[in-house]
Amino acid sequence: MTQGESTLLRADDVSVRFGAARAVDGVELDIRAGEIIALVGESGCGKTTLARTLLGLQQPTSGRVLYEGKPLPTGTRGLREYRRHAQLILQDPTGALNPRHSVYEAVAEGLRIHRVPGDERELVASALSRAGLRPPERFFGLVPHELSGGQRQRVVIAGALALDPSVLIADEPVASLDASVRGEILALLLRLRDDLGLAALVVTHDLGLAWNIADRVAVMYLGRIVESGPVEQVLTAPSHPYTKALLSVLPESEGPATVLAGETPDPSRVPTGCRFHPRCPLLAAGLPDSVADRCRTVDLPIVDGASPGVACHAVEVATAR
Amino acid sequence: MGEPLLELRSATVDYRTANGLVPAVRGVDLRIDAGQTLGLAGESGCGKSTLAMAVLRLLPRNAAIGGEILLGGENVTDMSWGRLRAVRWAEASVVFQGAMHALNPVRRVGDQIAEPIRLHGKGSVERVDHRVGELLEQVGLPARRARAYPHELSGGQRQRVMIAMALACSPGLIIADEPTTALDVMVQAQVLTLLSRLVDELDIGLLMISHDLSVLASTCQRLAVMYAGRIVEQGKAVDVLREPRHPYTKALAAAFPTIGDASSRLSPRGLAGDPPDPSDLPGGCPFHPRCPSVLPECSGTDVLLRPVSEDRTSACLLEVEP
Repeated sequence: MTQGESTLLRADDVSVRFGAARAVDGVELDIRAGEIIALVGESGCGKTTLARTLLGLQQPTSGRVLYEGKPLPTGTRGLREYRRHAQLILQDPTGALNPRHSVYEAVAEGLRIHRVPGDERELVASALSRAGLRPPERFFGLVPHELSGGQRQRVVIAGALALDPSVLIADEPVASLDASVRGEILALLLRLRDDLGLAALVVTHDLGLAWNIADRVAVMYLGRIVESGPVEQVLTAPSHPYTKALLSVLPESEGPATVLAGETPDPSRVPTGCRFHPRCPLLAAGLPDSVADRCRTVDLPIVDGASPGVACHAVEVATAR
Repeated sequence: MGEPLLELRSATVDYRTANGLVPAVRGVDLRIDAGQTLGLAGESGCGKSTLAMAVLRLLPRNAAIGGEILLGGENVTDMSWGRLRAVRWAEASVVFQGAMHALNPVRRVGDQIAEPIRLHGKGSVERVDHRVGELLEQVGLPARRARAYPHELSGGQRQRVMIAMALACSPGLIIADEPTTALDVMVQAQVLTLLSRLVDELDIGLLMISHDLSVLASTCQRLAVMYAGRIVEQGKAVDVLREPRHPYTKALAAAFPTIGDASSRLSPRGLAGDPPDPSDLPGGCPFHPRCPSVLPECSGTDVLLRPVSEDRTSACLLEVEP
């Protein structure tokens, strides 16, 4: 499938290298209007670098990012204009907010930078209420330390909403919040999608979050997407041995846990063949020689960014039969 | 099995602040026997870490402990500093959260593991080195990693070092404060598997603290849920997770969905409002302002923990004694 009409943001064979490290190593990913995608993976897999690249905060070494079919601008002014449409939500709202700025100032800042026309007070109030801080006037004068963690994250989200973006890129938006508050913030992201058609890419290591709010999920390992597809399919009937292992170690998981030894390898030393093969439980359990050889020597094609896909030699063989 | 490893009787902790006394722990009863594992769940500010640190009196100077905290039958609050030093590491030790900050960045991890052993005067240099190697292997690291500095290790490896340090003086009780927060799922699974194995093999007691009920239920036999400085529900871990009785436990259990459960798909569940400020607790049941099942009486009645079924206690008006 090529770029559909509804594709809002697209990573087109994006790679990002830092010296010898291949942080992102050929990624295709489409984000459609009104769609929530969860990009999951462990730390060091490249998911945050990919998110930064989609925002234009990081230049791809090769490949390109397209917004509404056009490559991202490279100039400062062009990028500033682009960031009105694609807004970033960070993990730690306490770090994202200036401790001396009032809630009003925090939300109005973006409006001023982007010289958004209209009544500033009204725009701020409307953004705060859309983020669930009601009545908004009550929050105008408060400073971050007078707010709870959940309220701070709502202020950060209101700052993004004030600019009327079409896509939010959220990096672990609830990881630093209390368990009971987490559901409320996730419900807000879901409601913004339903009411405003706001698309979101949520970067997370939390598969439960994907189950809670995402339409599609993309699983990343060592710079590549190894499996992607609709949430129900990928999370309840995973194909890739890495996705299977991730799901099996969740505390509430029923079956036996497949605990992979070691940690994600160094991205400056990506293994040959399938990048997962040194930790792959399928390969360790024994595959036919013809397949095992391919696992060790043949790199896998890049998973398509729009349709479901799996990057695994063993799965390829099984489906071909 | 005689004396419990750890017993808390109406334990309280108050912080003296410029604005008066702030009650962080408001009367907690707990008991852990040798080889038993107890998970303590709750959100930030509920008092769970304060409670755990009170066991070894690792609290800031403005904290005042009340009630009884019995470690091997001996009241921690009455101990002299000398006695307390002897008890720390040897009878109970702590695995702190955030191994990056808990370890000294400029000392080799082997020396840091050896420190408690030396403090407790156990043997010659060779014997200490041997013990360090043994401990590292016990937590799944090669003995030669003793020469590594913390920054040369990954997050999971550092947490293993913290566990090795906690085991150094063969304590009967380990207190693990959010031992897997900030770790990836796979590394979390590795650390939890390791902890469970050690508890089993060495027959030590474990008090584990987390905000994630499912993590606790996968590691501990029993579960206690804390809210606003008190335990609001306690029972067998699996039962508490699967059939929570207190409305707060229900909300916590629903916060982390089970993948495949259709009712949580595209329907994240949380609780309105925020955990209460310990210096300004609501009257009556402290949970009533956020409680989805609140009754008119709840704002005027402070409910204490009481038995609601076999091996289960809950502090809620909705629950009548069996």
